[in-house]
Amino acid sequence: MASIPAHEGYDAHHDDAHDHDHKPAFFARWFMSTNHKDIGTLYLIFAICAGIIGGGVSGIMRAELAHPGIQYLGWWTHFLGGNDQDFNATLHMWNVLITAHGLIMVFFMVMPALIGGFGNWFVPLMIGAPDMAFPRMNNISFWLTVAGFCSLMISAFMPGGTGMGAGTGWTVYAPLSTTGSVGPAVDFAIFSLHLAGAGSILGAINFITTIFNMRAPGMTLHKMPLFVWSMLVTAFLLLLSLPVLAAAITMLLTDRNFGTTFFNPAGGGDPVLYQHLFWFFGHPEVYIMILPGFGIISQIISTFSKKPVFGYLGMAYAMVAIGAVGFIVWAHHMYTTGLDVNTKMYFTAATMVIAVPTGIKIFSWIATMWGGSLEFKSPLVWAIGFIFLFTLGGVTGVVLANGGIDDNLQDTYYVVAHFHYVLSLGAVTSLFAGFYYWFPKMSGRMHSEFLSHVHFWIFFTGVNMIFFPMHFLGVQGMPRRYPDYAPAFEYWNTIATYGYMVMAFSMLIFFINIGYSLAFGKKAVGNYWGEGATTLEWTLSSPPPFHQFETLPVIEDAHAH
Amino acid sequence: MALALDGSVQRNRKVAGLAALGALAMLGLGFASVPLYRMFCQATGFGGTTQRATAAQAAAVKTTGRAITIRFDGNVTKGMPWLFRPEQVTQDGHIGERKMAFFIAKNTSNRPIVGRAIFNVTPEQTGAYFHKIQCFCFNEQRLEPGEEVRMPVIYYVDPEMLNDPNARDVPEITLSYTFLEAADSATATPQKLGGKPLDRAARAR
Repeated sequence: MASIPAHEGYDAHHDDAHDHDHKPAFFARWFMSTNHKDIGTLYLIFAICAGIIGGGVSGIMRAELAHPGIQYLGWWTHFLGGNDQDFNATLHMWNVLITAHGLIMVFFMVMPALIGGFGNWFVPLMIGAPDMAFPRMNNISFWLTVAGFCSLMISAFMPGGTGMGAGTGWTVYAPLSTTGSVGPAVDFAIFSLHLAGAGSILGAINFITTIFNMRAPGMTLHKMPLFVWSMLVTAFLLLLSLPVLAAAITMLLTDRNFGTTFFNPAGGGDPVLYQHLFWFFGHPEVYIMILPGFGIISQIISTFSKKPVFGYLGMAYAMVAIGAVGFIVWAHHMYTTGLDVNTKMYFTAATMVIAVPTGIKIFSWIATMWGGSLEFKSPLVWAIGFIFLFTLGGVTGVVLANGGIDDNLQDTYYVVAHFHYVLSLGAVTSLFAGFYYWFPKMSGRMHSEFLSHVHFWIFFTGVNMIFFPMHFLGVQGMPRRYPDYAPAFEYWNTIATYGYMVMAFSMLIFFINIGYSLAFGKKAVGNYWGEGATTLEWTLSSPPPFHQFETLPVIEDAHAH
Repeated sequence: MALALDGSVQRNRKVAGLAALGALAMLGLGFASVPLYRMFCQATGFGGTTQRATAAQAAAVKTTGRAITIRFDGNVTKGMPWLFRPEQVTQDGHIGERKMAFFIAKNTSNRPIVGRAIFNVTPEQTGAYFHKIQCFCFNEQRLEPGEEVRMPVIYYVDPEMLNDPNARDVPEITLSYTFLEAADSATATPQKLGGKPLDRAARAR
């Protein structure tokens, strides 16, 4: 990336001259916000809240799965106002939990944090723009996401057929979600996806416009920081995949409420079509969740190796390739729906092709560190953890890509282990890496490096205890999405539950760290990571002024990437 | 903010407009996928979708010497108060040969019910070669309370199958029907599903 000339006294000068750092009053600032940094902060706070709920739900699930038999589901059914005397309603509670966990973590934790949070905060800063292209649309995006979350929460207290809440899984497959779930719960869940989806599409339009039109003079596309590249690709994936989901779930709604039969064979429809539509969205969606993480990791590795990223162009176009190929591999989620052997061969081959650009990224990160002047600050430790965990999840992904092997592993815990290694260990680790990298920049206060390292090691131990044994369980044939299992599976399930407790303890350290740094943290200087941090956000104060870059920075052509 | 914003506002609107068009196009594609998917399945036999042939097309097909067994399966969806079964479990014949099979359906409820049969064949790669000339599945079927009918299927297996390396060594094809209560069963008169009316053969009472 281009090196940025330091702007000494840049902010102070402008603040004095124009008094533009005048902030609106509390309500106007936070509830009617049009400032990309404030909206980013709102997204991060929202994602943390949603993450606590979604993570709490997985705690209930791990508690239930610690031992065979049904332990706690009845109590939770009763707690949420369901009929705990009805055993089916109790079991339905399980379906509600897995649905809520999946939807919350995907749409209301990872996406708002990575895209809404870090994206809003740092895309304008990194390209030298004063704000997003459409600040008011940015505000709409955020509040649509919040409204979507409320709709999902409401659905938990609505009748959903067998019991309270929507128990369809995050995939909302027909016919379970149509004729199989009577009552408004599933309608509320679908509506929640509509709202969150609309918010994300607007956000994507905003990012695309900002990145194309508002780069500082001299910052060509090929000089953009890789995080901005990752957000650009992510925005395109959102823009092209979410409308397909919107169409599919709209057809679900009309099937449910207005007598259409898009997915109902009784009227000439086909439930498998829903799966095609869902996964045409769903597969790009998994890259939407991981690409911003790739971007964050690239910035961090470069910063703490004190070198530019190895193979910058290859890194940028690897993300473009992952995004493009991500649109033509969707049916590998549907190997057992009766695809013929040629179709399976195609989807197997196309899926494995994705391992190539992904491998380019992994090896380029390693090559960046190779010979670098490494400084093991917390973001780098988290980033290396990311590379390890994501690679592990990627390897099991290549295993699952095989149509033949997948016939055996479909819907087992092996799949659960795979997608948690890339998401809850990969994407979430990149989130924490980004958080420790940028938290002082956002808050103006240094966090405790010691606590960040402790957080990492305990979190790393915990999540591996949860998810690594799931590979064994899956290969042994334990099916996912059940609250009970054969006693033979108990050993590793119990260990996974202990792992959850370890992970939960590490989150306690995380929150203590935030509280500590907000209250007692040292004031952060503009560029607290030193010479390795070369992107534009480090030329500003920490936190940056309310309005920045009113005189656009000029990117010099001095250094190649 | 005294920058020259006018030009940039226009540029922003242009990019945003193009992006919005892209999103709308994908939304349209999502809905268009319903007819596209149906056409795709019918054209390719994808997922075991069987083919339809006219009597004239069928007449042009020559019987080959290759023997093939057709196995029949008939079932109803959960809650559909019909008994439905094939009259014969299997039928031996030759590829290209025109054959007729019978299915028996009985309405065991005390109300008239319009049923609709969905179908496919396994192995699925033979779907493109399984041709039906006449079938009760071309129309919705209405059965009065207690009524029992015997319904024919006239079919042949296209000799083209012998040229397909994925399908040529299949010794047996299973043809399966599932009867569902038509979505508008309560009020409906049976609808044609795009075929000519079928004379329901002799009642097997």
